[in-house]
Amino acid sequence: MRDIVIKVEGLGKQYRIGGCEPRYKTLRDSLSDVFIAPFRRAAAILRGQACGAAELDETIWALKDISFEVNRGDVIGIIGRNGSGKSTLLKILSRITEPTEGYAWINGSVGSLLEVGTGFHSELTGRENIFLNGAILGMKKAEIERKFDEIVAFSEIEKFIDTPVKHYSSGMYMRLAFAVASHMDPEILVVDEVLAVGDAQFQKKCLGKMHDVSEKEGRTVLFVSHNMGAISSLCNKGIVLDKGKNIFSGDIHEAVRLYNYDPATACSTEWRGNEGDENVRLSHTWVKSLDPDNDFHTAVDIEVGMEIEVIKELDSLISGFTLFSEYGNELAYILYDDDQNPPATIIKPGKYRKSFLIPTNTLAQGTYKVEYDVGIHGRSKIIQEQGKLMFTVENVKGLGRRFPVPKVRGRTSLFRPAFFLKKEE
Amino acid sequence: MSGIKNRSDEEVTIIRPSHSWRGINFRELWRYRELLYFLTWRDIKVLYKQTVLGAAWAVIQPLFTMLIFTLFFGKLAKIPSDGIPYPIFSFAALVPWTFFANGLAKSSQSLVNESNLIKKVYFPRLVIPLSAVLSSGVDFVLAFIVLLVMMFFYGIVPTLALLWLPAFLLLAITTSLGVGLWLTAMNVQFRDVRYTVPFLVQAWMFATPIAYPSSLLSEPWKTLYGINPMAGVVEGFRWSLLGINSAPGPIIYVSSAIALLLLISGAFYFRRMEKSFADVV
Repeated sequence: MRDIVIKVEGLGKQYRIGGCEPRYKTLRDSLSDVFIAPFRRAAAILRGQACGAAELDETIWALKDISFEVNRGDVIGIIGRNGSGKSTLLKILSRITEPTEGYAWINGSVGSLLEVGTGFHSELTGRENIFLNGAILGMKKAEIERKFDEIVAFSEIEKFIDTPVKHYSSGMYMRLAFAVASHMDPEILVVDEVLAVGDAQFQKKCLGKMHDVSEKEGRTVLFVSHNMGAISSLCNKGIVLDKGKNIFSGDIHEAVRLYNYDPATACSTEWRGNEGDENVRLSHTWVKSLDPDNDFHTAVDIEVGMEIEVIKELDSLISGFTLFSEYGNELAYILYDDDQNPPATIIKPGKYRKSFLIPTNTLAQGTYKVEYDVGIHGRSKIIQEQGKLMFTVENVKGLGRRFPVPKVRGRTSLFRPAFFLKKEE
Repeated sequence: MSGIKNRSDEEVTIIRPSHSWRGINFRELWRYRELLYFLTWRDIKVLYKQTVLGAAWAVIQPLFTMLIFTLFFGKLAKIPSDGIPYPIFSFAALVPWTFFANGLAKSSQSLVNESNLIKKVYFPRLVIPLSAVLSSGVDFVLAFIVLLVMMFFYGIVPTLALLWLPAFLLLAITTSLGVGLWLTAMNVQFRDVRYTVPFLVQAWMFATPIAYPSSLLSEPWKTLYGINPMAGVVEGFRWSLLGINSAPGPIIYVSSAIALLLLISGAFYFRRMEKSFADVV
């Protein structure tokens, strides 16, 4: 039986933006605006700038025509690029801001967690902040008292519970804040990117709690994150927003795939051309996932290949590639097997295909660049700049995206830690 | 966390754009009474943190004003004080006045100060200025105790009129909240309010019979003076505590009417602007 708890119909939110109207107005400004604005607009029209009304009123639709339904027990991942309207949608559903049009019908109490530690006061002690923050999150005093010990235990700061939080480390602060938030008891939980803060251990703990909330307790959850690993392991359905429009709602894996599809990088997993010198030509390079759907993710073998045409018979031909992180750090350099070093084989003219395999669970989530290297051992470099490729590996099977390799900046690394968040059967 | 309870249709929320003027949702406000309690409690708790004198500030403020008034208006300018010692005459007015002025200053800044709450959590926004006014109540209580001590010192015994005091206190709260609602809602959009409030409070103080008695005016002007609700409050305080003159009748009616008007219009204006708070603040 379908039991709808949220029904959103034609929801839209318009914001005023723009240079001519500062967000913090002063009364004087808006009074003088009354007199000046009509002239400014008239002048703009005379200069021929005002082709569209949009230029005049300087508004944007942060959300437009959003419609979807949520069933009881669904865990919905809301995904989209920055500025696609995810947070605006959550703000409307948690009644922080009003929609400009459309409506949302919600059956059940809503608890929203758009930030952890909202309303924490640095002068108050941990104990006092638990009560204050709990009340702000909509918990009753009796309820907080009942859960107090549980909250303190979860936060692991028993010793400092009567210390003002201004003396806390940021980690302790976050733990306490999340401990309070995770003891909210609504029927529908709305969570925004709160897992993006704190260290890896804290993130793990938060994810674990989110699992409990969604799986064991069967609560309805709306969850915004850029962590596709967390999204695909937690959610069963996804909503993809793009520039304020709902471009997809349905199965979560389909949603993640859609989100990851980017024409600019999608094209660059293959290159065709004809480059080289009079002896050797490079005609085709590719990076291919050995997944039937050709998805690049952490749980699949990845093939890096090239096609070379040898025009004149030669010896000592070497060919391989260098793997770079998206920031240009050199991660690996592959040319030939150790036991055929140096490769003195005579190579007859003809077309050759060569491919390398990056095994499952080697690459962490991130974007990688491939640069090919073809040359004559000890004599010349033939291919260096041509046939470059780029691909993005997604983490779909659990945690392990931020595992730093020395001197490798950002969240990209060569190796994935062998850590999986397994669903309990 | 406990399991999901079966809830009735009472929990259904419909979110849609609101257009018209909205009244106050008292039922919702009542549901959030604990939040009001905690926010007030927090304000009181942190008020004098990291100060050397602590809660003594609540008393120092009106006490020093009283000393200055006594010196300049009482001794030098020889302003009449309806036959009672000038210090107690002015202090009995300064206690409710300071409460009003602090409540007004705090509530007018309250929404902007709590912008992080407004942008992240839903609750009836009215709770914020309300808790700002209520938290000024601690200062009032402390200053009031000093007032009682002074009355004892001057040998003034209150009459049964003292029973009316809560009504005049309510009048002060109403005025403070009414004006506070207007100003804080305006402050969200126009930060000019921040600079206007200190000036407004100062001007208002001299427009209120604190340093001088309202008996300087004759009827009908005295009744008209009630247009300033704080004139009514001060007259009421002096009458119920010090027992001077007869019961202030008409001036109280005028003051109450104006204060109610301020509160109701302020609440409506606040509710009208409420929906844009999170977007603008």
